[in-house]
Amino acid sequence: MAILNIEPNIAQPDDFYEALIDMHRDLDAEQSRMANAHLILLLANHVGDEAVLREAMQRARALVPTSSDVSTRPA
Amino acid sequence: MANVDREYQGLAFDYVRSPDQDARVAVRHPVVVVGAGPVGLTAAIDLARRGVPVVVLDDDHKLSVGSRAICFAKRTLEIWDRLDCGDQMVEKGVSWNVGRVFFQDERVYSFDLLPDSGHRRPAFINLQQYYCEGYLHERTAVLPAVDLRWRNRVTGVTPDAEGVTLAIDTPDGPYALRADHVIACDGSRSAVRSLMGLESKGRVFRDRFLIADVRMKADFPAERWFWFDPPFHPNQSVLLHRQPDNVWRIDFQLGWDADPDLERQPERVRPRIRALLGEDAEFEFEWISVYTFACLRMERFRHGRVIFAGDSAHGVSPFGARGANSGVQDADNLAWKLALVLAGKAPDRLLDTYGTEREYAADENILNSTRATDFITPKSDESRVFRDAVLRLAKDHPFARRLVNSGRLSTPATLHGSALNTPDAEAFGGAMVPGSPMTDAPGTMRGHPAWLLSCTGDVFTAILFAGDRGFDEATIAAIRALGTDGIPVKVLIVTAAGATVPSVDGIDYFADDDGAVAARLDARPGTCYLLRPDQHVCARWRTFDADRVRAAVARATCND
Ligand SMILES: Cc1cc2nc3c(=O)[nH]c(=O)nc-3n(C[C@H](O)[C@H](O)[C@H](O)COP(=O)(O)OP(=O)(O)OC[C@H]3O[C@@H](n4cnc5c(N)ncnc54)[C@H](O)[C@@H]3O)c2cc1C
Repeated sequence: MAILNIEPNIAQPDDFYEALIDMHRDLDAEQSRMANAHLILLLANHVGDEAVLREAMQRARALVPTSSDVSTRPA
Repeated sequence: MANVDREYQGLAFDYVRSPDQDARVAVRHPVVVVGAGPVGLTAAIDLARRGVPVVVLDDDHKLSVGSRAICFAKRTLEIWDRLDCGDQMVEKGVSWNVGRVFFQDERVYSFDLLPDSGHRRPAFINLQQYYCEGYLHERTAVLPAVDLRWRNRVTGVTPDAEGVTLAIDTPDGPYALRADHVIACDGSRSAVRSLMGLESKGRVFRDRFLIADVRMKADFPAERWFWFDPPFHPNQSVLLHRQPDNVWRIDFQLGWDADPDLERQPERVRPRIRALLGEDAEFEFEWISVYTFACLRMERFRHGRVIFAGDSAHGVSPFGARGANSGVQDADNLAWKLALVLAGKAPDRLLDTYGTEREYAADENILNSTRATDFITPKSDESRVFRDAVLRLAKDHPFARRLVNSGRLSTPATLHGSALNTPDAEAFGGAMVPGSPMTDAPGTMRGHPAWLLSCTGDVFTAILFAGDRGFDEATIAAIRALGTDGIPVKVLIVTAAGATVPSVDGIDYFADDDGAVAARLDARPGTCYLLRPDQHVCARWRTFDADRVRAAVARATCND
């Protein structure tokens, strides 16, 4: 695998991160969800390569804690 | 033939007693078709034109009640053209190519299903199913080989090694028939299927749709209009289609919780339509119904001498108009194979390839239909968020338009990987790979404007591209010989615009005036395409060689 670039690729990471959080400023949870969906679709089309997209989706999903992980986490 | 506008909806056909009902021993017929819907009638016409006598049994004595299918696809029309009943359908039908998609109060985008010109038929016509069945029925009436028996209900199916015994109920009581082969075209609730203990399985979609056919004067264009979440029907979708006779199909998504009995009351439907058309809109109801849809298929379409086709074998949701359209393609695929097997020109296993090819096609239709249904009826909050995001992006972002799925409208399956195809040994570009249904193109034949597809089909056809000088005598002799084989191959020679190829008696020349044939088939002088009787490409070469053509015919008929 590893067609997906997981090494640093963004020149100014702090700037990017700030912009990402900024994108959500003044949005409620529902609106933020919409904005995220727009963003994912725009980026996915830009990437284009289906193998890369599938790998990214797989990694994204694998990182979600399972419900048992969540319940055993210390409060 | 001019369309005499008969009241097709109200037509009732007489039950006529058959001499078979007086026979002491069940009379034997080579083919019995169960069901006179669009699929059974198409199969009967195709077989009868091939000289196969067909008995068609139908438990009813009327055409389709209400309007079910309305959208008939280009490929279906091409099949009916081959069977000499396409013109009537197209003359009466409303031709359309363009679909428009709306989201909330905005027009998001439109798509053209047939962007290039040079095809005899449009992407679709809209035509009430009772007209379609009525015209097919009229076609059977002039074919003496079709014996159509109304009010003959199949109540028993007993296959054995030599044939199938059918028990049939009529107004005069029961009788039995023997058949070499039975084609079960008896619809989604197929009696033949359940009598044989077989099932059609799949997914039922938890949603309900109100389908109203209304008669009114309106000036919407002949386009397919689809609204997601419009102000006049919030949170649900609406689909509008124009049909002949000022009838419009309006399809409202209702959601799973809707009460079907309540929703089909006219006083309940009227305000929904007024919300779309305006408060003072005047219209009459033709037909109202509430549906849920499922994607189902039988595991196998062939069970020995009983062969399933159409809705009995598979079912899809109507978004995409893949029901009747795919069923007509089943009939197109089966008829020539069955005729060859009955004539002793191909082994029985050719019929197995009907199963494999059409099961493959059904999977493609089900996949498309399921994806469209999932887009139209999102199954989770998250899927709805993405659905709406796609629709919001679509207006100004071309990429997102390709993700909008209001139904992927019926296109015929390309039979990739079919055992009947001879794989390419030379390089070709373009879409006409082995397994694909041949494309259409304009030209001239015997001095008259003609269509490529109308010059092919029924028998194996080789499309052979001539150079400027035509072919030598040996090649002409080889072409003639192919026409006299046990399974004959008709050769259609395609000549380039302006070429002065000397014509030879008894051979058909198709002048490729616009160069469209050569372009669509990526052809050069010498290129040869072999089409099956159902117009699917089964082999192609860069040079003509009669022996390779024969080998490909043998392969396409399981005679190899
Ligand atoms: C609302 C709606 C919209 C649709 N829109 C489209 C569309 O736009 N395009 C499209 O392609 N498809 C569409 N379809 C699907 C289409 O109507 C069907 O796929 C099509 O009718 C199937 O044809 P068929 O011949 O296989 O079966 P049917 O049309 O169901 O015919 C079966 C026949 O068998 C007979 N029969 C049943 N049992 C017996 C028995 N025991 N003995 C003898 N005869 C029997 C019946 O009387 C009937 O005549 C739509 C369906 C619906 C419900």
